[in-house]
Amino acid sequence: MSSNSFAYNEQSGGGEATELGQEATSTISPSGAFGLFSSDMKKNEDLKQMLESNKDSAKLDAMKRIVGMIAKGKNASELFPAVVKNVASKNIEIKKLVYVYLVRYAEEQQDLALLSISTFQRALKDPNQLIRASALRVLSSIRVPIIVPIMMLAIKEASADLSPYVRKNAAHAIQKLYSLDPEQKEMLIEIIEKLLKDKSTLVAGSVVMAFEEVCPDRIDLIHKNYRKLCNLLVDVEEWGQVVIIHMLTRYARTQFVSPWREGDVLEDNEKDFYDSDEEQKEKADKRKRPYAMDPDHRLLIRNTKPLLQSRNAAVVMAVAQLYWHIAPKSEAGIISKSLVRLLRSSREVQYIVLQNIATMSIQRKGMFEPYLKSFYVRSTDPTMIKILKLEILTNLANEANISTLLREFQTYVKSQDKQFAAATIQTIGRCATSITEVSDTCLNGLVCLLSNRDEIVVAESVVVIKKLLQMQPMQHGEIIKHMAKLLDSITVPVARASILWLIGENCERVPKIAPDVLRKTAKSFTSEDDLVKLQILNLGAKLYLTNSKQTKLLTQYILNLGKYDQNYDIRDRTRFIRQLIVPNEKSGALSKYAKKIFLAQKPAPLLESPFKDRDHFQLGTLSHTLNTKATGYLELSNWPEVAPDPSVRNVEVIELAKEWTPAGKAKKENPDKKFYSESEEEEDSSESSSDSESESGSESGEDGEDEEDDHSGDSAEDSGESGSEPEAGKGRAATRSRARGRGDSKDVDKEKENSKTSESSSGESSSIEESSSDSESESESESESESRKVTKEKKKKTKQERNPLTKDVSLLDLDDFNLVSTPVALPTPALSPSLIADLEGLNLSATSSVISVSTPVFVPGKTHVLLHRMSGKGLAAHYFFPRQPCIFGDKMVSVQITLNNTTDQKIENIHVGGKKLPMGMQMHVFNPIESLEPAGSITVSMGIDFCDSTQTASFQLCTKDDCFSVNIQPPVGELLLPVAMSEKDFKKEQGMLSGMNETSTMIIAAPQNFASSVILQKIVNVANVGVVPSGQDNIHRFAAKTVHSGSLMLVTVELKEGSTAQLIINTEKTVIGSVLLRELKPVLSQG
Amino acid sequence: MEEVTAATQRKMIHSLFLINCSGDIFLEKHWKSVVSQSVCDYFFEAQEKAADVENVPPVISTPHHYLISIYRDKLFFVSVIQTEVPPLFVIEFLHRVADTFQDYFGECSEAAIKDNVVIVYELLEEMLDNGFPLATESNILKELIKPPTILRSVVNSITGSSNVGDTLPTGQLSNIPWRRAGVKYTNNEAYFDVVEEIDAIIDKSGSTVFAEIQGVIDACIKLSGMPDLSLSFMNPRLLDDVSFHPCIRFKRWESERVLSFIPPDGNFRLISYRVSSQNLVAIPVYVKHSISFKENSSCGRFDITIGPKQNMGKTIEGITVTVHMPKVVLNMNLTPTQGSYTFDPVTKVLTWDVGKITPQKLPSLKGLVNLQSGAPKPEENPSLNIQFKIQQLAISGLKVNRLDMYGEKYKPFKGVKYVTKAGKFQDNQYQLGS
Repeated sequence: MSSNSFAYNEQSGGGEATELGQEATSTISPSGAFGLFSSDMKKNEDLKQMLESNKDSAKLDAMKRIVGMIAKGKNASELFPAVVKNVASKNIEIKKLVYVYLVRYAEEQQDLALLSISTFQRALKDPNQLIRASALRVLSSIRVPIIVPIMMLAIKEASADLSPYVRKNAAHAIQKLYSLDPEQKEMLIEIIEKLLKDKSTLVAGSVVMAFEEVCPDRIDLIHKNYRKLCNLLVDVEEWGQVVIIHMLTRYARTQFVSPWREGDVLEDNEKDFYDSDEEQKEKADKRKRPYAMDPDHRLLIRNTKPLLQSRNAAVVMAVAQLYWHIAPKSEAGIISKSLVRLLRSSREVQYIVLQNIATMSIQRKGMFEPYLKSFYVRSTDPTMIKILKLEILTNLANEANISTLLREFQTYVKSQDKQFAAATIQTIGRCATSITEVSDTCLNGLVCLLSNRDEIVVAESVVVIKKLLQMQPMQHGEIIKHMAKLLDSITVPVARASILWLIGENCERVPKIAPDVLRKTAKSFTSEDDLVKLQILNLGAKLYLTNSKQTKLLTQYILNLGKYDQNYDIRDRTRFIRQLIVPNEKSGALSKYAKKIFLAQKPAPLLESPFKDRDHFQLGTLSHTLNTKATGYLELSNWPEVAPDPSVRNVEVIELAKEWTPAGKAKKENPDKKFYSESEEEEDSSESSSDSESESGSESGEDGEDEEDDHSGDSAEDSGESGSEPEAGKGRAATRSRARGRGDSKDVDKEKENSKTSESSSGESSSIEESSSDSESESESESESESRKVTKEKKKKTKQERNPLTKDVSLLDLDDFNLVSTPVALPTPALSPSLIADLEGLNLSATSSVISVSTPVFVPGKTHVLLHRMSGKGLAAHYFFPRQPCIFGDKMVSVQITLNNTTDQKIENIHVGGKKLPMGMQMHVFNPIESLEPAGSITVSMGIDFCDSTQTASFQLCTKDDCFSVNIQPPVGELLLPVAMSEKDFKKEQGMLSGMNETSTMIIAAPQNFASSVILQKIVNVANVGVVPSGQDNIHRFAAKTVHSGSLMLVTVELKEGSTAQLIINTEKTVIGSVLLRELKPVLSQG
Repeated sequence: MEEVTAATQRKMIHSLFLINCSGDIFLEKHWKSVVSQSVCDYFFEAQEKAADVENVPPVISTPHHYLISIYRDKLFFVSVIQTEVPPLFVIEFLHRVADTFQDYFGECSEAAIKDNVVIVYELLEEMLDNGFPLATESNILKELIKPPTILRSVVNSITGSSNVGDTLPTGQLSNIPWRRAGVKYTNNEAYFDVVEEIDAIIDKSGSTVFAEIQGVIDACIKLSGMPDLSLSFMNPRLLDDVSFHPCIRFKRWESERVLSFIPPDGNFRLISYRVSSQNLVAIPVYVKHSISFKENSSCGRFDITIGPKQNMGKTIEGITVTVHMPKVVLNMNLTPTQGSYTFDPVTKVLTWDVGKITPQKLPSLKGLVNLQSGAPKPEENPSLNIQFKIQQLAISGLKVNRLDMYGEKYKPFKGVKYVTKAGKFQDNQYQLGS
């Protein structure tokens, strides 16, 4: 063994030897096999033994040392077999460290790595979401091509996981798999498409990241998710926000027309799907107007604005670049303040932000002018920051502020930081050229600097003066003379070269000095820098042409020196000049023009900002910082001339149910239209925005149909909030209502068309009724947006029932919906009440209205049997109250029914048959289910209006062959919707509901039952009420409203001395009030 | 788009190297395939070119990678990037990593990191997945990986138990990702520090060229359960530009100018703000100083006096004056009337630790400056940087009105502390004597 390895060592030559040498110096060497290093071998043996011991502490110690080796960049791959055995360790820390090891070395030891795979596969099925997530993370980080199919499968499964955290990790895994095997692209895109539909804020950032990596060109995948992403943005974690904003910036540049060309007649809404319709075209022409921003474009700009106040500089910068690239120029101003704020951060942040400001300040000076002083340089700034600030100051300089700036520059010139001083001089030069009023002042100042003691300052001044004089050479003979004198003292080559050039150019203006200068430099020619030598040659040539009498010999002398110079550039130049200026037989034609060639009027150099050409890169990108295209940079496209079809962002939705409200109602509701559209206008005006799109939306429909238009815009909007909410005018609610206003005008035509054809269709008009009443009475909390979104989608679905194509999609969407809203996905009761109570507070603070519906505090998982499998011939049905606002009507209670097929045959055509409902009660049934596979299960939603009573809804559940009578009797607590209100409002409302409207009772129970969390848990378990924050420890308050009539239901539990408490219920609906009291009493007194 | 992207590995942060001041790479972590340490040579090259650590460009382009680095507490965090990424994204993240180390180990130093290399590795593993940030909130990380304490490390070494949380973090999965669940304290406390800094540049005539007040409110919240706090100000309009911790409800601030939030557990920065520049900034101290050099002599006179000005009746303490003297200065021979001074002949930095100002006797520092013989008289007089502190005063006049708590029943102890400090306070030079 030892001789073998020795031989190998000799063979392998230098590379191996050095590597061994390195290892030998380290304390732990992996190359234990080599006999030469037997002491090291022992160490590794030692680790192996520890890993194989029975004690976790020894294993842990060993793993820690191994991780230490990895961290130092030492090779520990040898230990792979010993480590991988511990992958299934029970000890979490050992396990984690093994993961670290695996991820690092799996690539090198592929066969052995496979041993660990089954452990992860098992963990992927673990009931704990965190274990599933971490298994997926490690599995996908093992870069072993052979497991690609396993990874694919795992990602697919995880992307449909109930836990958003697991789905987030699935999104991360997509990128890993893609880089391991790009062949999988198509399949991965499918998963991305699916995850993009995810409504969780946790997933959004990660999946957009995956999108950007795998298929950034598939912009079509974004359309349907655009509005959702805009609306979720504020709640996404910081890092996700950055990625999403960058992606949406690119998106906006491809989908919207430029907002920068004011007064352009551009946005034609009629580029749409019904181009055959004549009438519509007319309408569109009428509505042709100057540029109007697409509501979706506006949505993005509005929803990113709050993020300017993020603590994360990357987020602020991302928003800033978004405003820069896609907002109207008049609105981009708001970003300056935030960017200036970032200048307080670390030098690295300052560096990047200043670079971006530099680019911006070239194009739009005005934006940063108010912050001029924030860019003043401090002596403690690092040089790179100073130079960037200087750059910005130069860009901002104008007639008004130049005198202040010049005073400031004067201080800078004296800086001990010479690089900075030199840059300041350049800056002064630039100011002199850009602001003609001060060019003389600047020039004088620069001339003064020529007598500075510091050579670098003088040299830089010379160079700048040269440039300035080139622009206006007439008046400055004196300065040139002064500079000629400097030649004696100054040694910096660039400066000397500049002076010589200047004298050469102006040799006719300083006829006495020029030949003298040439004489002096001829003397020193051999010791000059190459740069200077070239200029001496030039000077000689120019003088030869203008003043050959005095300088002929001198020039020839110089040309001779140049001929034998070591530098070939100089030899070349010498040869060239000699041929050109010294007439001889060979050089006929050109030498005639020698004077013209040498003394031609030369264009003055442009003193430009180095940031001038950076603006073609998207701001905030790496490419912008480097000023070169970085790998993977995605170009920001130019605005399209004509906006692509905006309707692609409308969320296509599916049919869920037919005819679910009586037709008669629609007409009755029509007068409401006025109210509705007015409220919408109000919202718009509260936005203080310049255009009045919503008006055009509501005006365009002249009859009852425009209500429908509103509705269509509404449902097209997937923002997930209800119609005109009381909290309108604030934040997102307003955003979307406004966007809807716009949506209207666009969808008007389409909807008109729709309603024309189906004006008499009852389903159609009733849906309108639903939507408008919905929007009047409800205000939704943001956290509820998911369910509301679904609501909207479904409304839309009902509207588009004629479209068979969308129906196919519908089933998929339905699955999605179930995933999100089934009780399983909700937080477990054990931890959630307090947490949700906080969310409650959050909702409360977000709205100022007294009564607003909030999210349910708690959703009990309790299901009720609707149909037992024995009596249902194998069809079993359970129902459950998801406590979500009903999507079929705001007076309905939503009920979810889970159907199970326990037979071994398909059950076909499951539907609701005859209904036997008490007076006034209404029911919206689910769509017939075509078939249910054996052992299959499906969950459907229904809405039942119980008219605020606990009466039973009876109906028949039918299959192809049978009908079963079933009943749903609601517990009184499910007839409520939670309400968020403040303590003050609660007391006020309670005061108004006294006397007849108050019922109360005493409760006696053990003290432990009166812990606040216990009471809360018990009450929300029974009734769907909201928690009212209470300032007193002994009083608990809950508020809700009845679903049908919206009457308030106030519950108070007041703890008294001893183990008694008083339960008080205040409500107009005294009947259900007392029923609730009866139900709550035993619950609270139980142990 | 292009097939090029398919072939490259698009990921944000590929690898991280930690490098100390003497250029040793003492830790490396790779989130994908291993990038050789030699990539850091480009960084060293740039570092050499920059001369000063402060001037190392944060973004360096190399043939196959991009290096984005930050410099914190005498350490370089160098990350390796392969493709386009917003540089600020990486920079912010690296700072967050450094903050986390600081939070865990009390300092972000080479020694601390080396001592806790396993925890560092575990942290890095959690903070970044495939180069994309995963868990960066300190509350969540602390649930996943417990910070080391002396006691725990002793116990761990005996029992072999771990410092990895065996309870699973709840915050990550909740809607309040910054707060962990199940917080319990016997004493419930909420303290806020309002810290304001004056940034000012004062020119040689003593007039203010630029001054503004930057403030932060740092919170130390130790409250059980899920408290929902509202902090209101007497004069919220003073705050011109504010940046928020993610826990703050933006809408509430927009509509009512009240900070409403469910706080993270422990220490965190609630807001940073700037006081609108329209308000005149009161400058609490003035400095008179003169430095004169005699022509053709290697000697000069130096004289500084500090006095209070607009100090709102509070004592100004902790005054330190720092002067970067010109390079030709060899040594300084000074006498302070109070406090002590040091002059570093290598960096040419004069530091005078003054302490408190007593109005009866204004502190001054006088003496001789020795120059290199034969060197020309310095062109420029140095600028001064002044540090000071005023307790119990927010110079902007910002006042917390009240703190209310909802959602929990107990009564917390509450406290607000005000401090004013000099931020970047710079006195540009007068040109006396010439």
